[in-house]
Amino acid sequence: MEVTGLTDRRWMRALMLLLVGMIAALTFVGGGAAHADEINTDKYDFSFSGFVRNDGDPLKGVLITVSGNGYSAQVKTDADGKWKIGVPEKGTYNITLDESTLPTGIIVAEGGNSVDVEIDKVNNKVYNFFLGQGVRETTSFLDQFIQRAFTGLSFGLLLALAAIGLSLIFGTTGLSNFAHAEMVTFGALATLTLAVDLAWPLWIALVGALLLSGMFGWGLDAAIWKPLRRKGVGLIPMMIVSIGLSLALRYIYQYIYGGSTRQLPGADGVDLKFGAISLSPLDLLSMAISIVVLIAVAFFLLRTRIGKATRAVSDNPSLAAASGIDVDRVIRIVWVIGGALAGLSGILFAFYRPGVSWDMGFQILLLIFAAVTLGGLGTAFGALVGSLVVGFFIEISTLWIPSDMKYVGALAILILVLLVRPQGILGRKERIG
Amino acid sequence: MVDFWQIIQNAAVELISPTTAAYALAALGLAIHFGYTGLLNFGQAGFMAIGAYGYAISTLTLGFPVWGAVLVGVGGSIIFALILGIPTLRLRADYLAIVTIAASEILRLIFTTNSLDAVTGSADGLSAYKGGFAALNPFPKGTYGFGPFTMNEYDLWVRVVGWTLVILGGLLAWQLMRSPWGRVIKGIREDEDAVRALGKNVYFYKMQSLIIGGVFGTLGGMIFIMPRAVVPANYATTLTFFIYTILLLGGAATILGPIVGSMIFWVLLSAVSGFVARAQAVGWFPGMSSVQAGQTRFIIVGVVLMLLVIFRPQGIFGNKKELAFVK
Repeated sequence: MEVTGLTDRRWMRALMLLLVGMIAALTFVGGGAAHADEINTDKYDFSFSGFVRNDGDPLKGVLITVSGNGYSAQVKTDADGKWKIGVPEKGTYNITLDESTLPTGIIVAEGGNSVDVEIDKVNNKVYNFFLGQGVRETTSFLDQFIQRAFTGLSFGLLLALAAIGLSLIFGTTGLSNFAHAEMVTFGALATLTLAVDLAWPLWIALVGALLLSGMFGWGLDAAIWKPLRRKGVGLIPMMIVSIGLSLALRYIYQYIYGGSTRQLPGADGVDLKFGAISLSPLDLLSMAISIVVLIAVAFFLLRTRIGKATRAVSDNPSLAAASGIDVDRVIRIVWVIGGALAGLSGILFAFYRPGVSWDMGFQILLLIFAAVTLGGLGTAFGALVGSLVVGFFIEISTLWIPSDMKYVGALAILILVLLVRPQGILGRKERIG
Repeated sequence: MVDFWQIIQNAAVELISPTTAAYALAALGLAIHFGYTGLLNFGQAGFMAIGAYGYAISTLTLGFPVWGAVLVGVGGSIIFALILGIPTLRLRADYLAIVTIAASEILRLIFTTNSLDAVTGSADGLSAYKGGFAALNPFPKGTYGFGPFTMNEYDLWVRVVGWTLVILGGLLAWQLMRSPWGRVIKGIREDEDAVRALGKNVYFYKMQSLIIGGVFGTLGGMIFIMPRAVVPANYATTLTFFIYTILLLGGAATILGPIVGSMIFWVLLSAVSGFVARAQAVGWFPGMSSVQAGQTRFIIVGVVLMLLVIFRPQGIFGNKKELAFVK
């Protein structure tokens, strides 16, 4: 009794420390400032909002005007193509998109650039302009396919970074960590704070964010997961704890950073043309970084002592412990690596989307889970294969289905694969028990 | 000054609100899945969405009467349960978790997409489906109730139907769990192989449990939309996690747990967020904006969920021996 009481108390103290730290962080960083893509939304209860996208790509700096009932306001879209304008009362307003602010050759394809929209039953009415090429410039199906495949590869690689971390953690501790999404978001938010709010040079900020992400992984393990393992809490209760943690962290992020999307420096780049494919230098850099890091992780797992120990713990923790492997140390290292990989994935995702927001990790959490399950639960290389499949599938499926449904395809393929091959692509049959 | 009386009154409203009834029904369904059978269903939001959209779409697009719309929703959720269950019920628990959460997100994305705007109303959702339900209202026009529970005839009708469903659902679940069927179900939770050794078809029992609990969620989804509009953003995974919090608060393997858990959850949530919002307004929390005050409730729910699972996994009404956590 005495011993459990003591560990309970120590546990409580760790949790209290974590909470105090969070509260300190809350008071340290103030609320988000007003943003260029929103106007009068604080002032009025009702608002119009929408996205301006051309074929899935957000358009920045498009001028939108809302007028009517003796009121008029205008705003430019942000890098996500998003705009939002508050209006004082319910009623019918005229929404106009200034076509001269669109890129050359693109016009509003359906419904015209000026429409009357009524706001009556809801507080926020969404209106999206459907854009299209004014002068039709056709891209062949094959070219589109290659373009999508490259984008998919880039997305798949950044998913793989997060998925391998999740898979390593699952393999060594058995935890299905729903809070992994928040570790992804953490990397992007840390970069945002260091590079924008503290105005550090981008490279130093990136390195700093990665270090912080690794420390965050270590901190989560030390404050929450290690004590829970000691306490002998089962895997499913732990999974539900991770859900609670994910919920709390996500809204703490929103509390600190606000609900808007902000950009990292260097997000705008000129596209390079390679035959049919146009890629930004950032895409190429992102892919190169992912590949180098993934090779490094593979080297770590296959060639180093600690990597071999990690795989041994994944296989059979008791046997590994009996062979003289310090299981706790391995798990600690896995959490640090998992945190850093998730953070890197978040940074790359922030450039891919583009933008940093409080729930960006949660948006791809299910894709990460899908990747890990597709590849085979608990197998690190399976996670890589699964991620690439998910990434490719999401982008290529947009050739046939609307782009706002692109995640549907990836999740549906997950269910289909489980139907025929429940252990996943690289998984072993014994694991599905 | 913070008006505590107003906070208490606002919180009291939640005690019998239709939302509380809807969450209680959904949590009851989840108790059958998770508490009694040990199925990790993370897609209860999907079952609720099927109830909501099944009802609204069949009323608005197909012009069905109320009973027809209810049948569409219930039928839809049975099909959904079959689709989820067939590939996963033979596998380990976490596979069902991943598939159900993925499937409920698929549903939400389908209901949100612009390409189906004519049927689903996309991100704005649907309203104006309440006519048929309101026409069945036996209560004459007027004001009913007292104090904070004052309401018009429609609100009264929604509450009566909602809580009748909760009571009937609770009685049904109670009888089911006392029956031989319920004993098999609980046996599956404790030791699947032992039940299999007794010659029971575990797979079919799990499937039946998934369907019954899912239908509870669907009915909850229908009650949920009666005082508001159907908006796809309501059916995100956060909804499922809230229902888990309610279930674990009351006790996973209990009948009263989900119902009372829902009441406690909503009353406390209303009281706490009411307090934070008002205290922020009078400047008790310097450095907090009114938007931030609104977000604290989610942070609190997350922390409460963690603490519950760690320190009182059996909930308020649960029995420590019947922990209801599959290994």
